[in-house]
Amino acid sequence: MRRRFTIKFPPESTNIPLTYHLIKDYNFMVNILRAAISGEQEGRLLIEVEAEEENLERGLAFLKSHNVTIIPLDQQVTVDKTRCIHCGACTAVCFSGSLAMDRNNWELVFDSEKCVMCGLCVTACPLRIIQAEFK
Amino acid sequence: MGVRKSYEEINAKIRSGQAVVVSAEEIIPMVKEQGAEKIAQTVDVVTTATFGPMCSSGVFLNFGHTDPPIRMKKVWLNGVSAYAGIAAVDAYLGATEEAEDREPEELYGGAHVIQELLEGRQVHLEAIGTGTDCYPLREWESDIFLSEINEAILYNPRNAYQNYAAAANSSPDTLYTYMGVLLPNLSNVTYSTSGELSPLLNDPEYRTVGVGSRIFLGGAVGYVTGHGTQHNSARERLPNGVPLGGAATLGVTGNLKEMSPDFIQAAVYEKYGVSLFVGIGIPMPVLDAEMVTCLAVSDADIFTGLVDYGVQRRSRPILAKVSYAELKSGQINFNGRLVPTAPLSSMKKARQIAAVLADWIRAGQFFIQEPAERLPLGKSLSSLNDRKRC
Repeated sequence: MRRRFTIKFPPESTNIPLTYHLIKDYNFMVNILRAAISGEQEGRLLIEVEAEEENLERGLAFLKSHNVTIIPLDQQVTVDKTRCIHCGACTAVCFSGSLAMDRNNWELVFDSEKCVMCGLCVTACPLRIIQAEFK
Repeated sequence: MGVRKSYEEINAKIRSGQAVVVSAEEIIPMVKEQGAEKIAQTVDVVTTATFGPMCSSGVFLNFGHTDPPIRMKKVWLNGVSAYAGIAAVDAYLGATEEAEDREPEELYGGAHVIQELLEGRQVHLEAIGTGTDCYPLREWESDIFLSEINEAILYNPRNAYQNYAAAANSSPDTLYTYMGVLLPNLSNVTYSTSGELSPLLNDPEYRTVGVGSRIFLGGAVGYVTGHGTQHNSARERLPNGVPLGGAATLGVTGNLKEMSPDFIQAAVYEKYGVSLFVGIGIPMPVLDAEMVTCLAVSDADIFTGLVDYGVQRRSRPILAKVSYAELKSGQINFNGRLVPTAPLSSMKKARQIAAVLADWIRAGQFFIQEPAERLPLGKSLSSLNDRKRC
């Protein structure tokens, strides 16, 4: 199973090699897409993981036992579809292919699983209806 | 001798509810299957449309007279300056004018005021005058609503560009332009027409579009006032008559009070400014087979230049000639490299406009107006040069 999400860990967990344990103990294949530590020493990691279903569940439970919050990408990036005019300007900067045009009906398609939280679409949108926060 | 239809004949069919109307996209496979002559006999009107950012737009407003009266010399609407050098309580609010009392990055401008008026929201009016014997008042401040002012006449000096260059950026820096965000080192391409559905690409030499043409404008009935500013009909053309880049433009007008926020939308372009999406639909009368051949133009037959915005000069280099079939596919092959493309005008909305206009015509509510004058052919552009440097 492949999943992409942000993990947010509190200051007391920043010294624990969480990613190491995910790989070593739960056989995760981990691709780190984005990482940051805030001024309050809160860590954030955008990762894509691939693991067997059972390992995935155990690995995520391990993270939670260290007070880590797991945030799905569709909660971090939102497009206000009710206001979207489907112009396509946001797709010009979306190199990950998360925002793309359906070339049959020319509607904007948003696949949060491809998003790397670069934030370029936020400013590229002429209606300013995309919100993306790496939190 | 092929079929020939007059405007009167076509309008008579519309009046009787018998007119056959299709869009400029729908007609393409029909002509391929049945030929131009057959389609000239069976189809009466073809609808074309576009919904794109059109900076050269704005609205003439008449607020009504105050008591005591004022001759407004300077006018602001929600902090956005409108040109008031026209009579006492008239002003022209341009779409790209930006608010004076906000941070520049907030990007709030005339287009937003137009949208808020259209949505029925309250807009704050401030005005100052000189104080004269006939117009003694020197200051005025109040809130206005679109429904309460005398007139709001959208008048857009340059809309519906006939073709427009695609954009790329060869420089090592990201560029923020009216053609969207252009990534460095030719990493993306943007374009902004509806291609085979676009009005003037379907009537390349302006046989049926000109002064007085009745059109769909922002959800209401509007009119073409004539050629727009920067009309460049002398642009090099392909054998099918389609120009190879930005060519003709239209001046258009209509009553803002009758328009819909579904088809007029304020927009911002990061580190560039404010613009206004305008929905325009133009019906093309099927006069004969020759007209059908023009209307059957497809994305594969329409080309434009790919312009390098990385060179910040008036004459930017043209990197390649690309078809709209390539641009709309999502990527173009540029010197052996696949570069992703993105539209800036909404095909979805353009299709919606073409469909609404077709419904109006089928319902016998909208008639085709023969232009009083055709748009000029062979007109080229002048540039502004500094005589001291010559």
